[in-house]
Amino acid sequence: MRWLICAIVIALSGCATTNGDPRDPFEGLNRTTYSFNDKLDRYALRPVSRVYHDYVHSEIRDRVRNFFGNIADPMIGVNNMLQGKFEEGFFDWVRFGFNSTFGLFGLHDIASDMGYEKHNEDFGQTFGRWGADTGPYVVLPVLGSSSVRDGIGWGFDFLTDPMGGLRRADVRWGLWGVRVIQVRSDLLDVSQILEEAALDKYVFQRDAYFQRRRSLVYDGRPPRERDIDTIPPGESK
Amino acid sequence: MTRILLLAAALAAGFAHAQELTPPDVLVKQVTLEVVELIAKDKEIRGGNRAKLIGLINDKVLPHFNFVSMAALAMGQSWNKATPDQKKRVTEEFRTLLVRTYASALASYSDQKFDFRPLRAKANDTDVTVNVRVLQPGTQPVPIDYSMEKTSSGWKVYDVMVGGVSLVANYRTEFNNLVRESGVDGLIKNLSAKNRALEGADRK
Repeated sequence: MRWLICAIVIALSGCATTNGDPRDPFEGLNRTTYSFNDKLDRYALRPVSRVYHDYVHSEIRDRVRNFFGNIADPMIGVNNMLQGKFEEGFFDWVRFGFNSTFGLFGLHDIASDMGYEKHNEDFGQTFGRWGADTGPYVVLPVLGSSSVRDGIGWGFDFLTDPMGGLRRADVRWGLWGVRVIQVRSDLLDVSQILEEAALDKYVFQRDAYFQRRRSLVYDGRPPRERDIDTIPPGESK
Repeated sequence: MTRILLLAAALAAGFAHAQELTPPDVLVKQVTLEVVELIAKDKEIRGGNRAKLIGLINDKVLPHFNFVSMAALAMGQSWNKATPDQKKRVTEEFRTLLVRTYASALASYSDQKFDFRPLRAKANDTDVTVNVRVLQPGTQPVPIDYSMEKTSSGWKVYDVMVGGVSLVANYRTEFNNLVRESGVDGLIKNLSAKNRALEGADRK
């Protein structure tokens, strides 16, 4: 175990580039992982998601999206409560209750129609709300953009994933697979726009990740930043 | 009598002035709904005619954007190091790139509903944020926030935030990396190469 940690530390420090962003000390390694993920996406994930998007009727895709959205709501509620937002957390469970019963096992998001809006919470956001800094940027294999804080948060999300409790491994992996395809197919347009808009896709995506996560931690109302995050590296403040 | 006349004139002038400047939230709503309706009616655009969509954006949307402000904010401190001619060229290339991005975003629009939020600003504010949300069942609404400034020719957008990501701020690192590596001319070269590559992809 110890040699493994040593190897990782050496790999990380060896890859660290000098001219980069202070939030991204492992840029060299991250770019390697990024290009691996990009290939995986281009040759496997994106084509499959494209087929799913083009050949499965949008009505059915809506049901699939709703189903996975519904089983995530209880943990979203827990995270809201951990952040002290008891009312929001309570309504996440109300959503789960309504949608699981009247919404036919979550296939229909009737709670949204009733005015109970869906929230976006996870453990990474909870840690952020508790004051944890993001730490360095990390590109995780397969999973993509993350940070030290959000990567640890993702570990907790994974451990509390309701599908993790499924006894049969084939059913569990099958459902995870469908969820990944569903999420990716919803992002087909976004990834196309990113490709067109960015001069350097890696940098563009990294900066968008930090902005997006910051906004989510503050539920869309981040305090006005005095250009702390956006001052380019190497320039005086 | 003169006083009443003067008062009436002042009122009329004030009224005329208020008429000229459409309030920012009203402007966003009008333009959004108009553009979405025009696209819905146009078979060619819905069929993927990118040139026509860009033409529509040029006519209806561009007049309400301040691209000089956008370019200046994206460049940050490098903006002051640029010559007037360089500033002009960066603005032009950046505008072309943003219009394309905007066109792609509009092309992916498929009947989602808009929720135009009431404006939270004081009457004499000259810098406001107009909040719009795109609603889709099963997922969290996507907020689109327009940062707008008051100018003599009406309210102008100088940044768009989608899901909390500021478009202008997101270009800042890229722009500054390029300026540091190869100067403002390097940035211009890179932007125009990007635009030409995208144009080429369109023609295929």
